[in-house]
Amino acid sequence: MKRFKVFGSLVKDSFDTITHGSKKYHLWMALLTFVMLAGMYCYSIQLEHGLSVTGMTDRVSWGLYISNFTFLVGVAAAAVMLVMPTYVLKDIDFKQAVLIGEGIAVAALIMCLAFVIADMGGPSVLWHMIPGIGVFNFPNSMLTWDVLVLNGYLFLNITIPFYILFRHYQGKEAKRSVYIPGAILSVFWAVAIHLVTAFLYQGLQARPFWNNALLGPRFLASAFAAGPALIILVLAIIRNFTEFKIQDKTIKKIAMVVTVAAQINLIMLISELFKEFYAPTHHSESAYYLFFGLDGKDALLPWIWTAIPLNVLATVLLTFHKLRNNFKVLFFCCFILFVAIWIEKGFGLIVPGFIPGPYGKIAEYMPTGIEIGVTLGIWALGAFVFTILAKTAIGIELGKLKYKKKS
Amino acid sequence: MSNNSKKWFSLNLGRKEKTSSGSCSCGKTSGGCGGHSNAHQMTDEAFNEAAINASIGEERTKDGFEQVFDVKMDRRSAFKKLTASLLIGAGAVSTSCSVISGDESKEKAQIDWEEQFKGNYKLMTDKEKEGTVDRLVRSYQLRTGKNISMSSKNAEEDVLFGYAFNISKCQGYMDCVNACVEENNQDRNSEMQYIRIHEMKDGKGFNFNEADDNYYHEVPAQGHFYMGTQCFHCDNPPCVEVCPVQATWREDDGLVVVDYDWCVGCRYCMAACPYDGRRFNWSKPEVPEAEINHNQHYLGNRMRKKGVMEKCTFCVQRSRAGKNPACVEACPTGARIFGNLLDPDSTIRWVLENKKVFRLKEDLGTEPKFWYFMD
Ligand code: SF4
Ligand code: SF4
Repeated sequence: MKRFKVFGSLVKDSFDTITHGSKKYHLWMALLTFVMLAGMYCYSIQLEHGLSVTGMTDRVSWGLYISNFTFLVGVAAAAVMLVMPTYVLKDIDFKQAVLIGEGIAVAALIMCLAFVIADMGGPSVLWHMIPGIGVFNFPNSMLTWDVLVLNGYLFLNITIPFYILFRHYQGKEAKRSVYIPGAILSVFWAVAIHLVTAFLYQGLQARPFWNNALLGPRFLASAFAAGPALIILVLAIIRNFTEFKIQDKTIKKIAMVVTVAAQINLIMLISELFKEFYAPTHHSESAYYLFFGLDGKDALLPWIWTAIPLNVLATVLLTFHKLRNNFKVLFFCCFILFVAIWIEKGFGLIVPGFIPGPYGKIAEYMPTGIEIGVTLGIWALGAFVFTILAKTAIGIELGKLKYKKKS
Repeated sequence: MSNNSKKWFSLNLGRKEKTSSGSCSCGKTSGGCGGHSNAHQMTDEAFNEAAINASIGEERTKDGFEQVFDVKMDRRSAFKKLTASLLIGAGAVSTSCSVISGDESKEKAQIDWEEQFKGNYKLMTDKEKEGTVDRLVRSYQLRTGKNISMSSKNAEEDVLFGYAFNISKCQGYMDCVNACVEENNQDRNSEMQYIRIHEMKDGKGFNFNEADDNYYHEVPAQGHFYMGTQCFHCDNPPCVEVCPVQATWREDDGLVVVDYDWCVGCRYCMAACPYDGRRFNWSKPEVPEAEINHNQHYLGNRMRKKGVMEKCTFCVQRSRAGKNPACVEACPTGARIFGNLLDPDSTIRWVLENKKVFRLKEDLGTEPKFWYFMD
């Protein structure tokens, strides 16, 4: 009974916190709400007319939605890079960062699910996918694996921080014996969501661009670069706008993670490029299309040739300790790295898989305004969810939110 | 693969032996078939009696092509599907049409409700299949005032459909494409076509990259030859494996079909198909009322809705009624040959045994049941 009362009071308190804030905060939330509403409007058009309002066709049947989904799975997985050292290795530096990281993971996962639903042709029959009620083609379909691991990861990432915050809210310490097993589990789980998502594509013999053993590992490397890069940026913002103390040491440690992951990612990129271009086969055509265009069709060139230099530049800059320890350079690097990997692991990965088509047909893909609207709406949703989570968590951690026994 | 029932070359990639020789006719997609788990096989004997009673005991009323053949096979597949749907538990729409007529809109609503929450066709009993077909026919009647006939005929025993395409004969007339569109009620707005005819240059071999599958000029064009592609009804179909909800599957007679009402529209199967065999309804498909083919099959050419996958079914509404698919019938040059691979006297078997046949992308191990040959 008491637990429920505490929970009720927590909800009330957090509602108070998230509805009160500075002018900037209100402006930010209003902006997000507006973008979400615009996105919902776009989605309603899509619901009415079908997916024909997007740029997707029978030739390129996945586009912006699935690209973003793929990328965000990576972001979600990255939270774990902070979880492990904090909870398991008793590294206190990360303690503050980790709640933020898990908040990002939750927001990213919610966005992932939203993107998948936006991509469905028949959202009204999605219950066909619910195990028990529908028919779940497990274990044959990798998509069912993905549904399982993503939802499991979401559950883990909600419960662990919730438990900790719930204890802190009551002014108690969180028991290690309760959350450590969960934290260890989530470490493996994070790797799993990533590999499984990569296998989604990797397992298709029909698409040589994806059907390549390096896809999974490269997914991991790029995720562990992009995710923590985002966390650094968010931490920087939080440091600026709230009283939440995040030590330089913490950010520097995360920067180390980003650097190593980015280096590994670059090595794998080189290996991939070598394979595709040293002895090109019929199966290298997708890569040719991506990097140089085929038959005068070159819609992806501006994207990929933005991504690659940004990627290389960020990795090189990060490699030098002097530069990395300069926060201005670091934040800049994180930003361009994030953008580069978004392009590379989203657009640059999904679209060329379909081009050229199974019989060599080159039909290009361009997202439509409506598709972009829905995408922005979902990103705004993610930011909205994260802001709420972070604000509550920070409030509790700072001791502003505390459970008061009824006087 | 050392399987005797196979009459063609197979890649041996260490796959599980999929062609079943025993009584279980759904062994092909092992694990993919709901009625095929081990527990089931154990209970087969025990369930036999009850299941047969439950499924065959009822009156059969059906329109269109009647199932007036081989009751034995019917029973077997009936109880298999019955037990499978017991496993699933939900989605068992039992009564066919429990509507006390009267208010039409009420009936419409009732039908819509039952259709929205019905189960997966693959796992339905024969009776449930009839139920949903009846509902669909009635619903069409209520909405348009017109009658259609819809069949839910199952696969026959000892039938495995196959197809052969004579490259020397095809002249690129595209009569097959048009016949297919009309037969299968494909969306006219988006000009959906299951068949693509690739126009290739002589002397370049089978060079799909330089081929044109969208030509608008007089045929046969000088110095060109033609090659048609469509869904190849793979015997080891990757599209079936990846579907998260088993909305697409391989039937016992080798047809790979889609339950349009069960598909959630994720398009994973489309990404998995190496042969460009699938088509998606990006918007609401529209066919002028006058052009609708009223002779339909649940798994074939019945009307689709937006956001679902569809594909060539070898005209299941025709082939299971003993006819040739529309494309075969329409082809003026006789380039298309269709038949039962298990019938040693069929033309298709003659072609496979006497011509130098080949298939596309054999290295992928998909085992298409669609062969090409030349005179
Ligand atoms: S050709 Fe494509 S759609 Fe047809 S069965 Fe094979 S994989 Fe499936
Ligand atoms: S689009 Fe439909 S048939 Fe294809 S995989 Fe998705 S649910 Fe299955």
